[in-house]
Amino acid sequence: MNIAIEITYLVSSIFFIYGIKKLSSPKTARRGNLYSAIGMLLAIVVTLLDQNVLTFEWIIIGGIIGSLIGAVLALKIKMTGMPQMVGLLNGFGGGASLLVALSEYYKLSTVMPVNTGIAIVLSLLIGSVTFTGSLIAFGKLQGLVTGKVVHYFGQHLINVLLFLFVIVASIVVVINPEMSTLVLIITGVSLLLGVLLVLPIGGADMPVAISLLNSYSGLAAATTGFILENNVLIIAGALVGASGIILTLIMCRGMNRSLMNVVLGGWANAGASDGASVSGEGPKGDVKSVDAEELAMILEVASNVIIVPGYGMAVAQAQHAVRDLMLALEDKEIDVRFAIHPVAGRMPGHMNVLLAEANVPYDKLFALEDINNDFANTDVAIVIGANDVVNPAARHDKNSPIYGMPILNVDYAKTVVINKRSLNPGYAGIGNELFFGDNSLMFFGDAKEAIGKLTSEIKKL
Amino acid sequence: MDVTNFLMLIYVFVLAIFVGFELITKVPPTLHTPLMSGSNAISGITIVGALLSAGAEEFTISTILGLIAVIFAMINVVGGYLVTDRMLKMFKKKVR
Repeated sequence: MNIAIEITYLVSSIFFIYGIKKLSSPKTARRGNLYSAIGMLLAIVVTLLDQNVLTFEWIIIGGIIGSLIGAVLALKIKMTGMPQMVGLLNGFGGGASLLVALSEYYKLSTVMPVNTGIAIVLSLLIGSVTFTGSLIAFGKLQGLVTGKVVHYFGQHLINVLLFLFVIVASIVVVINPEMSTLVLIITGVSLLLGVLLVLPIGGADMPVAISLLNSYSGLAAATTGFILENNVLIIAGALVGASGIILTLIMCRGMNRSLMNVVLGGWANAGASDGASVSGEGPKGDVKSVDAEELAMILEVASNVIIVPGYGMAVAQAQHAVRDLMLALEDKEIDVRFAIHPVAGRMPGHMNVLLAEANVPYDKLFALEDINNDFANTDVAIVIGANDVVNPAARHDKNSPIYGMPILNVDYAKTVVINKRSLNPGYAGIGNELFFGDNSLMFFGDAKEAIGKLTSEIKKL
Repeated sequence: MDVTNFLMLIYVFVLAIFVGFELITKVPPTLHTPLMSGSNAISGITIVGALLSAGAEEFTISTILGLIAVIFAMINVVGGYLVTDRMLKMFKKKVR
């Protein structure tokens, strides 16, 4: 083991840690990402100097192919497509760890120490689940695989049995490393598990799934580190693992679901089955709707406005229209802020990135706990393409499947305007009593079009 | 590998998890997407393993697997850092 190489790995670990530290503020975040990239570059260069790396032609070709694909993906993807991009990249990370584990197995096979064996089977399992799970998540977000909640017969039993099989087979392989067919079977079953675990998850639960898969990709890298006895892999993998877990917990809290509930995939069932029974007897009443002209007049006399964006804004690509609305309102001396629910969109921070793309300053974006008490003093709350996260039933209706979920209290504002295409229920499949509130006004239409019309009406005043 | 060595690796792993928890809880929600794609890029560190696997002298199944791993990991690394940078440069405080 070469001392210089080891020290460089240490330096590169410090770059990763320092890089993440810089992510604590949007001001320094970009530099942080650069530090992290430098850490990666150092690790790659020094690995090429390792005495075990002897042939370079293939590595260079492979490196160039991978870099090109990665660069094209990164530069072409639209900001609204960020969740599937992250899903896809996650998959490649997991896939790489899986392949390294397999490769190491073939290198060692018959002379495999027990601890290396354990690391290899763990890496195979986690890497495989991350790989296929992320690809399914990508497919769902991209619309290639159904975004709906999928049920199949005995799904939990099948998953548990497959998992138990992998555990037992892994123990056998660790004891008898020469059983190479079993290693391939373990890999195959793990790949299948990744598909089966993510397939049942519905679109709006994707923030949890993506966060969890993010964590897995880190853990896969860390287990690869245990195979190679390499600290930089272990440190970097642990950092990513921790990051994914924290985001997962934040997302769970945002939906009032336990992590166990998520890991077992049970949360999708709760929302769907209960939702179906409730939707028939959903809230009813009179709905008041407004057109752009009336709404402009209501807004003109407001002194403060909070905008609540949801996935509908992303679908309609309405972030630029929303920014124009913000500017038009500010021209009328109206204070405009944004309230972002933790699970709005399809991944953590999805809304923030879209609004940043549209040049909305980040100090106008507020997290739920920082703004929720202000709705009572707000003249107009404008909900754009959000539904379940503003459903007051979560506060008081014990029978509602979303009961207990923290929501943005838009109904406390003097007037709530809800921009939506129709009265259809949101993801949870339940009606929203907010639409029938005394202070609620429905502003029907595609978000981009409707908000655009509203902005031009405001400018006319 | 002896047991002490293996234990040292576990030490490193556990301590790094704690460092990770401390650091990530300080990341504001507004940066959660870049945090994800950025940490995603870091998980591409498995490229180190891929290079070691792919660089062996004789051409075996092990090197082929390593080579595909190099491609996968490089997509993860390059794509992850570039897309994160693209996002982070959009976050501004003042506009107009």
